[in-house]
Amino acid sequence: MLDKNGIAQRIAKEVKDGYYVNLGIGIPTLVANFVRDDIDVEFQSENGVLGMGPFPFDGEEDADVINAGKQTITALPGASFFDSATSFSMIRGQHVDLTILGAMEVAENGDIANWKIPGKMVKGMGGAMDLVASADNIIVAMMHTNRAGDSKLLKRCSLPLTGVGCVTKVVTNLAVLEVTKEGFKLLERAPGVSVDEIQKATEGTLIIDGVVPEMKL
Amino acid sequence: MIKKTVKDVEAALQGVQDGMTFMLGGFGLSGIPENAIAHLVKLNVKDITCISNNAGVDDFGLGLLLQKKQIRKMVSSYVGENDEFERQMLSGELEVELIPQGTLAERCRAAQGGFPAFFTPAGYGTEVAEGKEVREFNGKMYVLEEAFKADFAFIKAWKGDEAGNLTFKGTARNFNPNMCGAAKVTVVEVEELVKPGELDPNQIHIPGIFVQRIFQGERYEKRIEQRTVRQRD
Repeated sequence: MLDKNGIAQRIAKEVKDGYYVNLGIGIPTLVANFVRDDIDVEFQSENGVLGMGPFPFDGEEDADVINAGKQTITALPGASFFDSATSFSMIRGQHVDLTILGAMEVAENGDIANWKIPGKMVKGMGGAMDLVASADNIIVAMMHTNRAGDSKLLKRCSLPLTGVGCVTKVVTNLAVLEVTKEGFKLLERAPGVSVDEIQKATEGTLIIDGVVPEMKL
Repeated sequence: MIKKTVKDVEAALQGVQDGMTFMLGGFGLSGIPENAIAHLVKLNVKDITCISNNAGVDDFGLGLLLQKKQIRKMVSSYVGENDEFERQMLSGELEVELIPQGTLAERCRAAQGGFPAFFTPAGYGTEVAEGKEVREFNGKMYVLEEAFKADFAFIKAWKGDEAGNLTFKGTARNFNPNMCGAAKVTVVEVEELVKPGELDPNQIHIPGIFVQRIFQGERYEKRIEQRTVRQRD
């Protein structure tokens, strides 16, 4: 079974040379720590920076240079700053190659819910609806089940949707799954996790095609 | 040159009234018009609608207006960091319209650029699209969203000149340039007000035609919401 860093490490393998990547808040943010350093990748933060770097050294933080999680960051050589409308032109116009974000629920048809739990405090969707409605390549990073132990990979989402039919891949603590017309296709198992365990934790249709390899990190 | 300078924040906010709709730049606490917000608190204008990506924190930014219950309605994309906001929202005192962040930016830009509405894929198939016209283009579905209408836009820029030309710094730029000229009156506060000619015309982010009033902010706290650092080896 993977921890959050393990999920991020596995997703980092999906990041290819020459990609512009938008990372959501939470596990997706960790992906940047695991991207191979022999490839060229630029991270976009939707509040207006492309070429985002690591956190600043202590004492060098700047209130005018933050990421979408409002954390102080740095800008790498070759970075650019821009306004919000331009930022979402990059996203809506499909100039960003890969979007990685968290979710509360994903359905077997690619629907995603990650912004609202009715009756509880609603924090808002931020840029998530723009991202999922526009990107061709959307990877969800999340735990396979919620704190109550219920599956987050469902036949249909029960929570208000963020986007419809948009998720391409899901990486959880248990598995890597591809969203296909027939349902969640099991691509890889996390180390030490059996197909049976994944099946039990998946409410949506799970497609098992032959021997499912254990993932390599 | 058409001069846009006003003496101070008081002169800049002339004409502000109860019940108006304001746009406010900023993302989190970065690039917020600190001096205009402080003066809105002082003026105690009530029943206002604020179009702003976020709602500040309890004791800073728009949180200051929330504390005094001056805001009737917030139009935002993300509002998570504010207990007083949550209390007013759950008790029904505060009306909240949550919209996708890119749609928020584009509704500003549409108002700035004279488009009454535009189609966006964001929110299609979700409750954001409820009651709105949807249309298919090239096999994909889009939602019709309208330009904002606002009385004042309160903008924070880094440097500006007397003609109202502006430059922004870092990610404090965010919604600020998109809101310039998107309201009936655009009021800009800058960290540094300079003479015409001091800013390179090649490096202007927003030309002065989009600005009605500009003043130098008295002081800037520039509070950091999430201070994240790394240590040197």
